[in-house]
Amino acid sequence: MAYPTEYRYTKEHEWIVVKDGIATIGITDYAQHELGDVVFVELPKAGAKLAAGKIFGSVESVKAVSEIFAPASGDLVKANAALQEKPETLNTDPHGAGWLVKVKLTNPAELSSLLDAAAYEAFIAEKQKEASS
Amino acid sequence: MRYLPKSPAERQEMLAAIGVQSVEELFSSIPEAYRLKKPLNLPGPLSEPEVIAYFRARAAENSVGYTSFLGAGVYNHLSSVITDTVLQRGEFLTSYTPYQAEISQGTLQAIFEFQTLMCQLTGQEVANASMYDGSTATTEAVLMAERLTGKRRVLVARSLHPEYREVLKTYAKNSGLSVEEIAYTAAGTVDAKGLQSALRGDVCAVVVQSPNFFGAMESLGPLAEAAHTSGALLVTAITEGVSLGVMKPPAEADIVAMEAQSFGLAPSYGGPFAGVIAAKEKFVRQMPGRLAGQTVDLDGRRGFVLTLATREQHIRREKATSNICTNQALCALAATVHLTLLGKEGLREMAEQNLAKAQFALKELQTIPGVKRTFAAPFFDEFVVELPRSVKMVNAELLKEKIIGPFVLGSAYPELTKHALVCVTETTTRAEIERMVAAVKRALEQPL
Amino acid sequence: MNDNIKKVLRHPTQSEGLIFEKSSPGKRAFDLPPLDVPAVDAAKALGEFHRRGGVEGFPEVSEIEVLRHFTRLSTWNYAIDLGMYPLGSCTMKYNPRVNEFVARLAGLATEHPYQPQELSQGCLKILQLLEKCLLEITGMDAVTLQPAAGAQGELTGILLIRAHHEKLGNPRKTVLIPDSAHGTNPATAIIAGYQVQNIKSSDEGQIDIAHLEEQVTGDVAALMLTNPSTLGIFEQRIAEIANVLHAKGALLYMDGANMNALTGVTRPGDLGVDVMHLNLHKTFSTPHGGGGPGAGPVATKKILEPYLPVPVLVEKEGGRLALDYHRKESIGRVRAFGGNFGVLVRALAYILAYGPGVRQATEDAVLNANYIRKHLEGVFDLPYTRPSMHEVVFSDALQKKHGVNTMDIAKRLIDYGFHPYTTAFPLIVPGALMIEPTESESKEECDLFIDAMKSIAREAESNPEVVKTAPHTTRVRRLDEVGAARKPVLRWKPSGKKSEAGD
Repeated sequence: MAYPTEYRYTKEHEWIVVKDGIATIGITDYAQHELGDVVFVELPKAGAKLAAGKIFGSVESVKAVSEIFAPASGDLVKANAALQEKPETLNTDPHGAGWLVKVKLTNPAELSSLLDAAAYEAFIAEKQKEASS
Repeated sequence: MRYLPKSPAERQEMLAAIGVQSVEELFSSIPEAYRLKKPLNLPGPLSEPEVIAYFRARAAENSVGYTSFLGAGVYNHLSSVITDTVLQRGEFLTSYTPYQAEISQGTLQAIFEFQTLMCQLTGQEVANASMYDGSTATTEAVLMAERLTGKRRVLVARSLHPEYREVLKTYAKNSGLSVEEIAYTAAGTVDAKGLQSALRGDVCAVVVQSPNFFGAMESLGPLAEAAHTSGALLVTAITEGVSLGVMKPPAEADIVAMEAQSFGLAPSYGGPFAGVIAAKEKFVRQMPGRLAGQTVDLDGRRGFVLTLATREQHIRREKATSNICTNQALCALAATVHLTLLGKEGLREMAEQNLAKAQFALKELQTIPGVKRTFAAPFFDEFVVELPRSVKMVNAELLKEKIIGPFVLGSAYPELTKHALVCVTETTTRAEIERMVAAVKRALEQPL
Repeated sequence: MNDNIKKVLRHPTQSEGLIFEKSSPGKRAFDLPPLDVPAVDAAKALGEFHRRGGVEGFPEVSEIEVLRHFTRLSTWNYAIDLGMYPLGSCTMKYNPRVNEFVARLAGLATEHPYQPQELSQGCLKILQLLEKCLLEITGMDAVTLQPAAGAQGELTGILLIRAHHEKLGNPRKTVLIPDSAHGTNPATAIIAGYQVQNIKSSDEGQIDIAHLEEQVTGDVAALMLTNPSTLGIFEQRIAEIANVLHAKGALLYMDGANMNALTGVTRPGDLGVDVMHLNLHKTFSTPHGGGGPGAGPVATKKILEPYLPVPVLVEKEGGRLALDYHRKESIGRVRAFGGNFGVLVRALAYILAYGPGVRQATEDAVLNANYIRKHLEGVFDLPYTRPSMHEVVFSDALQKKHGVNTMDIAKRLIDYGFHPYTTAFPLIVPGALMIEPTESESKEECDLFIDAMKSIAREAESNPEVVKTAPHTTRVRRLDEVGAARKPVLRWKPSGKKSEAGD
């Protein structure tokens, strides 16, 4: 799956994209692949504040739990409620319909320290090389 | 040794295959200084007949031949020999936790049936595969409420089993929970006004027992409403499960913590029993313990697996909902078989017999001058009476007639100095009740 | 059928639905004796509390249907009684039947925990003798039999440690736990109010002492150590580890899950351990029963004795035994009543049957593990090569090349008539195969297991698909665990009826 060039990425495998002042956050295709079939997604409740680098939710497969770190700080606008009914969307469309939360960024400058698509792809290529050696 | 399936020659053969001279070499990684130089000082070895003789001798030093009027969280009920016949099948008795679903379908389906029975009994939507006992189930239900609400105060009825309250305090102490007790009224039920005034927005759980420790039934509707209005959850503990055969289920509760001992499990000097947590479905992800779920296999056949395991310690480690691993599976199986045998009518009939016998015993006791019923609330198979003399003294007299008298309430409730908690189940005959009543009468007539 | 599968043949099993599906109104499987007191109108006696007509949905079946139902279900299980159960870290050994017999004796099974202590001397003597035996086996000074299982034993032990530090004025903040530990260890430390700090194992699978010295600060309450570790390796420098901890006022907790490697050979109390739990359903043969019940006694050194849970068993003048409920410094209760008495009875029966000869069981357990190791080394990758005690941990590194992992091999073992070993644990070994044969296996059964493992290793090379799609011989195969977790169905409901809740 392609990594959209307008997104920014973290080494914990989250992505973030900003449109009209609102950032959308999700996990990458690499992350969903590593996790396997997603069975449950835990997302923050209304009124939550996300802090860059801090845990804001988790994604579960049958035998593992993966915590999700906020790529940037912000106030929660909306969590993706559709994932409660259809967590498999995270597997089928991680960069689109499988988004997790929308937030209003409180410090957009934090985005500058994130990876671009090329850097992220190089990062996971390195990881895959390690795993197969 | 009869349990060990190797001959000396086979041991030698195996040592040779490994390439060592003696078994001692296999322990070379334990520093010499720490290896025991002499055999352990243990009794035995005993042959099978000697083992049996030892335990028979100990059993004879206990209460064989006595009639008991004790309940207080552990109850005598009838059970069928079928239950133990099933339990002693090696495929149940000697199998492990059903992590390998393909070769554990028997245990998994039985757990699924147990979960269903527990839901039907309690009027709740989901139930787990078992906790250690009623006391730890109650504590875990409170910890669950804390996770669900994010609040830290716990209001516990004083009419909750005293040992359940002690266990809750042990666990609460280091979990940042503060536990406060709510008094009981003259009727023997939770003081609703006291509860109301203690309920502020910071309470995670209101914990009541029904029938409570005094045997009194609690009106859960108003308690649930009060709890919910302040954002707290209602946790209802049940120590006497047979009551549910004739009593409305605690459907108003958010979480039910039940002791399943009454369902075919012997008193066994306090254990092993089985605790149960049942709750509303929306709370299932905060539930502790194992859960069996229904699914299908590759060929579309129905099958069962342990599910939602990410809640548990072997996956989530320090972030797990509980540290529980081993539970009380075989006891839960006993309850499943027992309740299946009783069925809808059997459990109802058993419950109605308990009710009738307890009512009869109370009526008979009240014929003794000075014996008074203490609490007015409806009761199941336990009730409190006040005697004109100390219960201890009366019980001492009863013992002489091979009767184990009622629970001495003063030991747990200092204000109930002359009060006895009498338990009568379907196992107690009319003759035994009459014998006990006559003995109490005689004891009270004795000169001081 | 594969010629290498020697232990089993295909055998038809009965189909069986849920008991609720067999129900038909009016059938019953249990009759009560007639009521010998006046009947009571329940509706009148209970008023608003009355439940009419029994429990909705409860089954109505006959006695033979109940017996057949559960007998059929039982045949779908694997069990110790059928063969080897090489689950690493679980110690699935023979469960002697005399233990079951004595636990059910009238006078033991019938006893009420609140009956007068003068009528409970037999029960109390059993508890006292078991306490003495466990103290002799562990080399400790005091013991509580109250904890219901290993995890509750852990909690009890850590609460004792906390009480000790609190007495000295500071409960401290952290519990150190090696990365190879069972999940119960960190989960327990959290309940006891501590933070968990993981410590890395060395390349040899041992605690790195120099590293430990850096980590043990004045904030560390204890180290929770499993010995032998979950790699089946004895922690050789355990006494030094104890010294490092004690020098900073911290204590050493030993998880006794692997005591089957040590009983009669060495004693934790002599190794500097301050407090430990035992799993009676592992080392002392009480049956697992499909997941429990167990018992998790906690043994301690003198310094922690004042804090033991109440009640504590005491001997009065004249040898009379009693329960002491009044101990000022106690951590309180961890469960109602005295403990899983029926489990304690079984454990004592086991100990009495062996006596000092229990060492032979330990020797045979270690012999079996090393015999299997010797024969499978090279066939499977052995990431940690230090001497094995009662279990051996391989990895699937050699089979991974053919796309076969530890879970595949484990599932294929089922076709060969064995329960799988423990997979993917300890976490420090990627693709772990954790094998614990216990002393209960004959040479013949060990040989069959070795042959099966070798055969599967060959299949992994020549026909990996047959391993990857295993098992092939079970009633159900590859159950949909993902579907089960996404849309949980946790109870039966009558068809056409949505929910019974709230009735």
